[in-house]
This record gives sequence, C-alpha cells and structure tokens, in this order.
Amino acid sequence: MPSFVITEKCDGCKAQDKTACQYICPNDLMVLNRDIMKAHNQEPDQCWECYNCVKICPQQAMEVRGYADFVPLGGNVIPLRGSDSIMWTIKFRNGKLKRFKFPIRTTPEGSIDAYKGKPEADISKIKQPGCFTHQGTGKTMPTLKK
Amino acid sequence: MEKESCTFSYCEKPQIVEVDTDILIVGGGMSACGAAFEAVRWAQAAEKAGKGKIKITLVDKAAMDRSGAVAMGLSAINTYMGENDPADYVRYVRDDLMGIIREDLVYDLGRHVDDSVHNFEDWGLPIWKKAEDGHTMDGAQEAPKLREGGKPVRSGKWQIMINGESYKVIVAEAAKNALGMDNIYERVFIVKLLLDEKEPNRIAAAVGFSVRENKVYIFRTNAMLLGSGGAVNVFRPRSVAEGQGRAWYPVWNSGSGYALGIQVGAELTMMENRFVPARFKDGYGPVGAWFLFFKAKATNAMGEDYCVGANLEETKKLYSPYAEKMGTAIRNHMMMMDMKAGKGPIYMQTAEAMAVLGKTMDAKQLKHLEAEAWEDFLDMCIGQASVWAGNNIEPDKTPSEIMPTEPYLLGSHAGCAGFWCSGPDDLGAPAEWHWGYNRMSTVKGLFMMGDICGASGHKFSSGSHAEGRIAAKSGVAFVLDNKDFKPTVTKSADELAGEIYLPYEVYEKHKTYSTAPEVNPNYIKPRMVQARLQKIADEYFGGVSTWYMTSKTMLEKGLELLTMLKEDAAKTGAKDLHELMRAWENYHRIWSIEAHARHILFREESRYPGYYYRGDFLAIDDKNWKCFVNSKYDPATGDWKCFKRDYVQLIPD
Repeated sequence: MPSFVITEKCDGCKAQDKTACQYICPNDLMVLNRDIMKAHNQEPDQCWECYNCVKICPQQAMEVRGYADFVPLGGNVIPLRGSDSIMWTIKFRNGKLKRFKFPIRTTPEGSIDAYKGKPEADISKIKQPGCFTHQGTGKTMPTLKK
Repeated sequence: MEKESCTFSYCEKPQIVEVDTDILIVGGGMSACGAAFEAVRWAQAAEKAGKGKIKITLVDKAAMDRSGAVAMGLSAINTYMGENDPADYVRYVRDDLMGIIREDLVYDLGRHVDDSVHNFEDWGLPIWKKAEDGHTMDGAQEAPKLREGGKPVRSGKWQIMINGESYKVIVAEAAKNALGMDNIYERVFIVKLLLDEKEPNRIAAAVGFSVRENKVYIFRTNAMLLGSGGAVNVFRPRSVAEGQGRAWYPVWNSGSGYALGIQVGAELTMMENRFVPARFKDGYGPVGAWFLFFKAKATNAMGEDYCVGANLEETKKLYSPYAEKMGTAIRNHMMMMDMKAGKGPIYMQTAEAMAVLGKTMDAKQLKHLEAEAWEDFLDMCIGQASVWAGNNIEPDKTPSEIMPTEPYLLGSHAGCAGFWCSGPDDLGAPAEWHWGYNRMSTVKGLFMMGDICGASGHKFSSGSHAEGRIAAKSGVAFVLDNKDFKPTVTKSADELAGEIYLPYEVYEKHKTYSTAPEVNPNYIKPRMVQARLQKIADEYFGGVSTWYMTSKTMLEKGLELLTMLKEDAAKTGAKDLHELMRAWENYHRIWSIEAHARHILFREESRYPGYYYRGDFLAIDDKNWKCFVNSKYDPATGDWKCFKRDYVQLIPD
C-alpha cells in the first residue's frame, strides 16, 4: 500500500523525541495519531516504496504491501538493516523464500569527518578549474585545445 | 472569477523566521550535498585569507539522510571516468541526446566527477572490485580503493557497481558534517524566489514554509545554489491508483527546480526534452544491469530483436544518422513499433541470459550472480522485487515484461531539460556560453545544479554531486566579488506569508459551505489539480494515451486548458500543512509542464522519437533544428518567449 503500520507493534515511538517514520519519510507521508499513539501512512498513493520507514522503525512495525493496481497478494519483501549490512527476506506468492545479505557501508554510522585527509582550498585558485581536492593534490585538469 | 487573498482572517497566522545568509543551498539531494561539501571548504579558505566570514545555509523539503533522487539507494554509479577520456564521455552523451548538448558543461563534469566518487568511497560507500583473477568482490571485501588503483566492476563503459543501499545516508552524513546542523533547515519547502528590488535581474531571497510547524521562512541571500530536482507525475502515469506512487523517478520531485527559476526569469534550454525510460513493467525496476552486466536481450513476444531489419530500415528513413547510433530514444522508438504492431509483450530475456552465464560458472558463482541480480532491485527499486515476488517471477526461470513509462522532465539522468547556464571559460566554447561564473544562470547570483542545469544530461548521482561542487565553488567566488551586496526585499513578511498560506486561508474560509469538504465550488483540492494537470499533459502534450504523439493544434489546445488550470490553482484549498505542500508542489508542476509544452510547440521537428513525436513534423530536421531551443519568461510582463541558440560542436565525432 505501499507502507503500512502493524497496529500491535507500533508504540508511536514513545521513547524517542520524534517518530522515526515521520522523521525519515522523503514524501512527508507518515503521521502520528497522538490519541492512540499509532502512526499511519496518510497518502498511500504517493508512496514510492522506498522502504525508508520500514528500515528505520525501531519496533519493526512497518511493512509494505505491494501496489494493489498490479501486485497480486501474498508476497512480501522484508529488510533487516544493521549497522554495516542489510538482510532481505523475499517471500513469493507461492510461499517460496529467498534471503540475501548485502553490505551497506564500510565505516561506522556517524563517524564521517568530511575533510579528514583532504587538502585545504587555496583561495588564489578559486577561479581555476578543479575542486579544492583536485587542486590540493596537484592534479592537472584536462582541457580541450582549440 | 473573484481573486482570493490571505489576510489570516480564517487560517492561523504562522510565525515568521527571517534568515540572512551569504549562500543559500536549496535542496538536499546529491547536488546540494556536493555543494555543501565544496562551499564550506572554500569559505574556510576565504576566511583564513582575511576575506571575512561567508555564511552558508541549506534548506531541504525532507530529511537529508533520505531526500532527493537517491533516497532509496542505488546499485550503480553511472558516471565514473576511470581510464576513459572525458572527451569520449561527451561523445556518448551527445549521441544519446540526439546530437544537441552543451559540450563545455558535459566535458567539465566529466573531468571533475571521479573525485566525488573517490570521496564517497573514503566516507564508507562499498564499491565492487575486480579481483586479480577477474572475479567480482563486493564493496566490503578487502581491496585497494579506487584512488589506490583498485579496479571497479564495470557494468558498462561509464558505470560501476556499488552496494548502494546507504549511498545517500553516507553522502548526506558528509555534507551535514561539513556544514553543521545549525546551518541546515530540514522539512522546510521553498516555494518562491524573489528578485532584488534595487538591482534588476539579481537574486535576493527564497521563501517557504515548514511542513511540520506553523512557520514561514524568508532567506535573504547573496548567492543561491538551486538543486531542487526535476518533475515527476506531471504526465498521467500508467498506474493511476496506489501505483501512481511507483513513479520511475522520485515521486517527490515536483518540478520545484524549474518553477522557481522560471518565475524569476532565468533562461531555459531544451525544455522540450523529456525522458521515457523503458523499464520493467509496473515496478519500473532498473534494466541497465540486465542489459549491460548480464548481457540480457530485450525481444518481442516471438523472441525477435526489434532493433533490426524492417524496423531499423523504417527508422533510418526518418531519423538517420541518429537511428544508426542506437541511442535510448531510438531503441524506445523501435520497441514501440513492435508494440503497436501487436507483437508485445516486450520481454527482457533474463532466464536466457542467466543460462548463458551459467555455462561458465559453478553453483556457488551462479548463486552469487542471482544475488547480484536481486540486489540491483533491492538497492534502488524495492517495489520491483515485490512485483516479482507477488507474481512468482524468478529471473532465472521466467522472462520479465518491459515497457516505456510515462514521460519525465529532468536534466541529470538520460534527459537534459533545464536552465541555460554559464560554462567553464577554458574549453574554447563560444564567448556567449560563459559569463563569469560556472553554472550561474542568466539571473545574477542564481546557480543551477543537478537536474535543472540544462543541455548536459547523463550526470547521474556522482555527476550531480560533482556539479554541486562546481557550482558551489563559483558561488563562493561570486560572493567574494560581490561582498557589498545587500539583498532588498520590500514586500513585507506578512504579505509574503499571506501568499504562501493562501491555499490554507481559502480552505478555512469556504470549507463549511458544503457538507463534505472534498467537493466545494469555491476551491479545488491539490489532488484534483494534479489529476487535471496529468490529464491535460497526457492527452494533449504526448503522454502514454496517444503513444507520445502531439502536434501544433494539440499543444495549443492543451495550453489553453492549462491556462485555466493555472488560474484555478490560485484557488487551491489546503486543509493542513501537508496539503499546503501538495498545493505548492502541483503549482510547480504546472509551470514545469507549461515550459515543456511551449518548447515542443516551438521546435518544429521530432528530435526525440521514442520520447515524443510532433505528428505534423515527424522527422528530425537537422537543417533547421540542430540548435538549442531556449526560452524566457518575463516576470514583469508575464510574456514567454522561445528562441533558437546555435549549437556548436566542440569535440569532433
């Protein structure tokens, strides 16, 4: 239905300062009903099935039901995203299962120091071709000779 | 009709937040992340050199970790030069885009792009490598990095394979680290740009609103780097219920980039261009790896290649010498010839390809190959995996249907619709192609990047990041050269807030007139604006329902209907902040499609067969139309002018 929330599992992210699915959805689809502390997808036909809500949900309360216009019922695709890899379980309509595991990053989450080991910019070269990294490592930028 | 206005008599008045900055980055996708990374470094250098502090601010409609076109992830980086010459990259882009590109911009991108990829790898993006014995290693295995001479796994001449589930998370983390969260506004949607009120044709500010709180934002700036994406769901999609969310390009790219720039008078180029990708049917999963990596063939239902024989001969008659180059548009054209002749469905012969590869592989290697095929979907188009699972399709056993999608407007993938921008000055390009600052539009201080920098497609994710960096560096140079500029906005903050909140006011004013708020003669809901827009675009401007066919008379009628829709859009009713966002997104979509239709109308030939056809000018006409079509909307008079600009070939065939 794109993404949907399993009633029993959703706790409205009561332990966090914001709801994870609401925080991450690129299309602003998730809303929290504060009366019952349950989230839901307010516009299923604008869901890209990007799975970012599913991947981030701390309760694993979110899944995706394939678009009803063209996906027969019965299958599902479920991720389990860890710190360095993601595990996928694919269930076919006929019950067949497939599992795959892929790496997602080689550095710990939150550890990136963007400029670590990078040169500084040389302000005298700001109007020459090349980013600060090209210039700072002595790379000559190729050019076209007319 | 009576004009509506917002004086906050009915809806709640928002808090107004005013921000003064030197550089404003609009957007949070790949180009914006590149811009942040580059701009901060140059600003640090400027400060060190005693040139004062440069404040850089970024504003994103969503959360940067997962915003923009790469939000889901990607399975490949499509632009990496490696051992290749950027001049060959220009040749490839030129052929695929039917001969008309800005070769200076494309070459410039090609010579900058690899460094972005090297940075991604430094930050933690796993990039597949080829081992010494030729076998494929995933990106987490120990191997020399690309910058240390590691060999990438090429799926095509320009593409390299990655484990890209967290691609955007990684690139955003670096950008956020460079810029600092204090300078980043997430969930703030920029809906309008403002020109300076003292200096003509000079950018001064951007205004928008929080989609989560009752707040309106006014950002006054010296330079602006615009990277707010292409236009999706402007044409009626093939799936019109739930499945309309499964757009091939991100459904949240609402044409904001085009609409923002057009309305302040920035010159457009090649807005007639569009992209109609042939993808796995319905799920729109990627086919690139299947074609390039697994060597799968696409055939008609009889198993025949549709790009040869009579189809090719017919195609040559109208589209030579481009037909022979077999670009994406031409292959689409010939696929549709077979579809129209009832020879569909068209299939990607996945099972056949895997069987061929399997002949030289053992069981373990085959299993690995199957995982690679699934990863292609799971990294970037998970919905396609669910189409296969739901239909019991296993690629090694069953071929899968492919189909041309509804049209998309974009400039960073295999399309080139965008703004006319200044290029580099060291490549021998005509003098009128550069006016001081690389990637600056024809509006002073307004820079374009990613999907909206025109006539230079095939940047993809890495190229968009690199282009953000190029634009940011010139943005800093621009600010240093224009230090004394003080943006002047004479419109009051209340007046601006009133314009932004108008759909909210309209709704609150009228909502009790009828017993159900969805149907009310005093306003139109955002969803219905979008439905009408898509219907007009589809039926008159060459969408799927006419097999991409249009003509002068069709375009003129469609534009007439579009004019009324644009008027009605000023009476959109939005019940909450979420609908207010949709209201503005759809307003942006209208501007994008209007530009597209006007350009198609002006170009009297069919430059992109397979993407769209002018039934009244069915052939390519190089004699009259091997040129850029540019246009300019005049914000003072409301006039829209289309005109030709010369194409110049910089790199020989």
